Parts: sequence; C-alpha cells; structure tokens
Amino acid sequence: MPQILVHDLTKRFHVAVRDPGLAGAFRGLVRRRSREIVALASIGFSLERGELLGLIGPNGAGKSTLIKILSGILRPTSGRCEVDGIVPWIERIAHVARIGVVFGQRTQLWWDLPVIESFELLANIYRVPKAQYSRSLEQLVEMMKIAPVLEVPLRQLSLGQRMRCEIASALLHSPTILFLDEPTIGLDAISKLAVREFVKTLNREHGVTVILTTHDMHDIEALARRVIIIGNGRILTDSNFEAMRDEVRGERRLIVEFAEDVVDIEFCGATLKSREGRTVEFAFDPSRSPAHELIASIAARHEVEDIRVEDAKIEEVIARFYSIHGAAES
Amino acid sequence: MSTLSLAQPYLAVLAARFSLMLQYRTAALAGFVTQCWWGIIKIMVLAAFYAGGADQPITLSQAITYVWLGQAFLALLPWQADADISIAAETGNVGYERLRPVDTHVLWLMRAIAWRVANATLRAVPMFGIAALLLPVIGLRAWAWQPPATLLASLMFALSITLTVLLSSTFTVLLNCAVVALKTRRASNLAPLFVNSLSGMVVPLVLLPAWAQGFLFWQPFAGLVDIPYRIYFGNLAGNAAFAGLFAQALWTCVFFVLGRAWLSRVMNRIDMQGS
Repeated sequence: MPQILVHDLTKRFHVAVRDPGLAGAFRGLVRRRSREIVALASIGFSLERGELLGLIGPNGAGKSTLIKILSGILRPTSGRCEVDGIVPWIERIAHVARIGVVFGQRTQLWWDLPVIESFELLANIYRVPKAQYSRSLEQLVEMMKIAPVLEVPLRQLSLGQRMRCEIASALLHSPTILFLDEPTIGLDAISKLAVREFVKTLNREHGVTVILTTHDMHDIEALARRVIIIGNGRILTDSNFEAMRDEVRGERRLIVEFAEDVVDIEFCGATLKSREGRTVEFAFDPSRSPAHELIASIAARHEVEDIRVEDAKIEEVIARFYSIHGAAES
Repeated sequence: MSTLSLAQPYLAVLAARFSLMLQYRTAALAGFVTQCWWGIIKIMVLAAFYAGGADQPITLSQAITYVWLGQAFLALLPWQADADISIAAETGNVGYERLRPVDTHVLWLMRAIAWRVANATLRAVPMFGIAALLLPVIGLRAWAWQPPATLLASLMFALSITLTVLLSSTFTVLLNCAVVALKTRRASNLAPLFVNSLSGMVVPLVLLPAWAQGFLFWQPFAGLVDIPYRIYFGNLAGNAAFAGLFAQALWTCVFFVLGRAWLSRVMNRIDMQGS
C-alpha cells in the first residue's frame, strides 16, 4: 500500500476583490465581492515509502498548497488524501508527530533564541525521549555542519546557516516523511550543495520519504527520480526524471565567440537562439548535424575566438512545457 | 502516557517563554517608570476626590493601595493579542502552529500565562519595593501600599490573583483568535477600551455609582482588577469574597470554552496562500 495517497484533491480559495479607484473602495464598503481561486483542481497521485518526489511548477501553480494539505495545515475543499492511512487534517496531532516540514521562505525556529534552545524546545514539544534526542542531535549537527552556530540566536545567522538549522530542526523527532517547500531558495552554492547532499543521504540511507518543491532544476537533477509538474492546479506530467532529461538531450547548444563582428550568421543545421555582441548561441540536433561538422563550417567562414558545446538547460525545457500547457504564471 | 509526559510540551513552552520575557529588562524598566508616574497622578486625583468629603465605600488609604496594586499588576491586563502570534497571523506563518503535535489552544494559553506572569513579576517586585517598603521609610506612610487586611485576606488574594492570570490568559487567547481570523493585530484594538474601563484600572469600580455595582461585579473584567484588590484590603470578605472568586472562575471557564471553539474554527479556515 502506498504511503501517501492523494485522490481527486481540490482546493479553492476565496479572495476579496474590489473595483479600482476611490469609487471602487467605497462600493467595497457596502458590498464585498470575492473571487474564487482554484489552487488545486482534482489532483491525484500516490507515493511509496522511501520515494523522493520532486514537485515543480511556476509560482502559483499549487505546489505549496498541496504541501500544506499533505502536512495537515490546510483542509481541502474536496477529495481524499491519506498519509500512512491517516487523513492529515482530521487526525492532525497524530499526523504531524510523524512528519517533518520545512518551508524555505518561513522560519519555525524562535527568532530570539539560540538555535540549541529552539531545538530543545522542539524536542520537548515532540516528546522526543532524552537519549534519542541527543543521538539525533549529534547526527544532525554533524551532517548539517551547524556545530559552530548552535549557541547563536537565530536572527544573527546567515540564510544558509539558518536553512541548515531549519532542516535539522524538522528532523529532530525522526519523521518518516519530510516535506521540503523550496528548501534551497536564496541559498549560496555551498549551502545548496550541503542541503542536497543531506536530503539525498536521508532518503537513500535512512529511507525517509521526501516530497520537495523547488524552482531550482539542479535540486531536481541532483535528487529526484520522480518528478511531478504542476500548472494551474493540475498535474501536467508525472514521470521519471531520466525520461524527461532524455527528451531534452535531443537538443544541444553551441556557443561561439567570434573574433570579428559578424553580420550573416545563418548556418545550416543550427538555429540562432541568442546573440550578445560577438557571442552567439545556436541550438542544434546532434543526430542530424554533428557538432564537429557544425564547428568546422563555422570556423571555415569566420575568425573564431572560442567555442563551447552544452546540453540544453532543463529550465528551458520546463519553461517550454509550461507554455505548451498554458501554465506559465499569468 | 504519564501526566508529566502529557504536559511536557506545554511546560517546556511555558518555561522557555518565561525565561525569554525575563530578558526584556529595558522594556520592564521603562514600563516601571511609566507606571510609577501614572500611579502618582492617579493617587493625586483620588486624594482630591476624597477631599470633597462625601462618604465612600473604601477609605482613601484603601484606594491608594488599589492604585499601587493596579500599577504593580498592570501587565496582567489583556490589552492585546500575543505579539508573536500576531506577527505569525500577519505574515501567514500561523499555519506553522498547526505543525506541532500539541493542542494549539492549550499551547497558546501557556504562552499567554508565561507572558503575563513574567511581565507582571518584573514590574510588581520593584513596585512593591518602592510603594510598600520605601514610602513608609521616607515618611510617606499615608501614600504607601498597605499590607493586606488579614492573613486570610492575603491567602484569598493569592488565589484571586492566580484566577486573574487565568482569566487574562484565556481572554488573550480570544484576542489571538480575533487577530488570526482578521489577519491583523488591529483586530484586538477594541480590547483596551473594555479592559481598562470595566476592570477598575481607570477608576476603581467600587467608587462608581451604587446602582451599577451589581452589573460591574458580575461582568468579566472586574475579575482582572477590582475583585482581587478589594479582597486584598478586606472590602470583599467572607461570602462576598467567595462570590468574587466564583465570578473570576466562571468567566475563566467561559473564555476557555469560547477560545477552544473559536480557535478550531479559525484554524479550519486559515488559507495561507502563497508560500
């Protein structure tokens, strides 16, 4: 039986709207109007224990709403959702004791308290036995490399340090499922790598089920085997990450820095993607026009300073995916 | 599960918050100075009022003690919602409260108790030092905070002021709910109006017209100021004192039940849009 089961899940919000201008404001005093927003429209999927699922989608697609329903914060408008056989918003306390949640843009640690005191408070709130607490603390501190900041109040930490503490704090009670909502947002490269490495270990070695939302395709690339793309509250695709990447492999990029100003830059088998001064980017399909032929034909006609070949970026593929499905943020 | 481990999360939050509040010494000092200042002004007004000569239900010395008690325990008055919960409500972080495997209502109540008690302790102790100990020494005994009427009165006062803490904290949870429901801390802006005027903090309730006393005694806010202080200097004694304690306990229960119902309602309705 799958660990997480979501069936026909729908969430609608009502937001107040008013007509523009002063007249609109006065009208709003008398008659309130609201507009309905469909955050999730009949979503369904299931997840086995130990899976790592990447959720991606443009802003406002419904990713966070889905995480909030799964974690028991929000009630859906209709539909079913079970985590380990528990309906999150009905048996909330039993449910949240077994999950860990990190929202990248929010903090759940106490702003004025030293990190270690927040940890201890959380351990008490989750009723973690003393021995188990010191064991997981030791492990988490080492893995997240946060030993030097434990005594520092949260507000004095950098974003990267803070996020590592946040993730550690979500795991003090050894949850079997971890929800990460944009865990790498705003982090520097080193912190991003640390977070990814940690999530990977947690999933592969400790068997923790992870659902991760992100805008950073490198997160997905490094972590997720399975990817669900959400747009306009619907699942656009639910597939294997490898398969998605293979689709992209068909297209590669050739970036040429010319040594001279070039006017005519049409080449057979390559389409112009962008141009900035003397640097020009082409797209080509290696199965039809091999890279070496293309390079030779360019070098034969122009003075060239430098040439590189790159895979198309996964971001671009996803962006294309959004626009095909009309899911780009409107 | 043993009672201790059942209570563990709530006691931990109570302790953490209490120790955090004790750190805000500068705020406490500023508050203390302001309270001394207002205490002096109120006493001067009362003295002028008593100089008018008419018979009053409490003596000037009792009225002065009333003022000092009020200034010492000012921080027990539920003027506004919990600051952290207000911020969380405004930023949408309040959903995080639902991620904890605890009863949110009890948790908020504990936070409120810790907040009120820590704040009041920080101010009551120096106020007692100045108004009850220092003033008599420097020859201002007539203007000082007097000792309780009897030993029994002091015990009943201890019970009554404990009920004041609970009454105030259960009411704070109601303010929290209002703030969460409307997503702005201004939702609790009306509270000071009722809390100040109906508790006796502005004018001791006992000095208001006799025909209003029945209503004033049984409305919820009397239990914040008027009832415990009158018990302290013996104006409410015997059955009247028990009636006062009963009124406090009754309203605490009412606020507790209302708070539970309202909290579960607002929590089912929070939307927390965006991320």
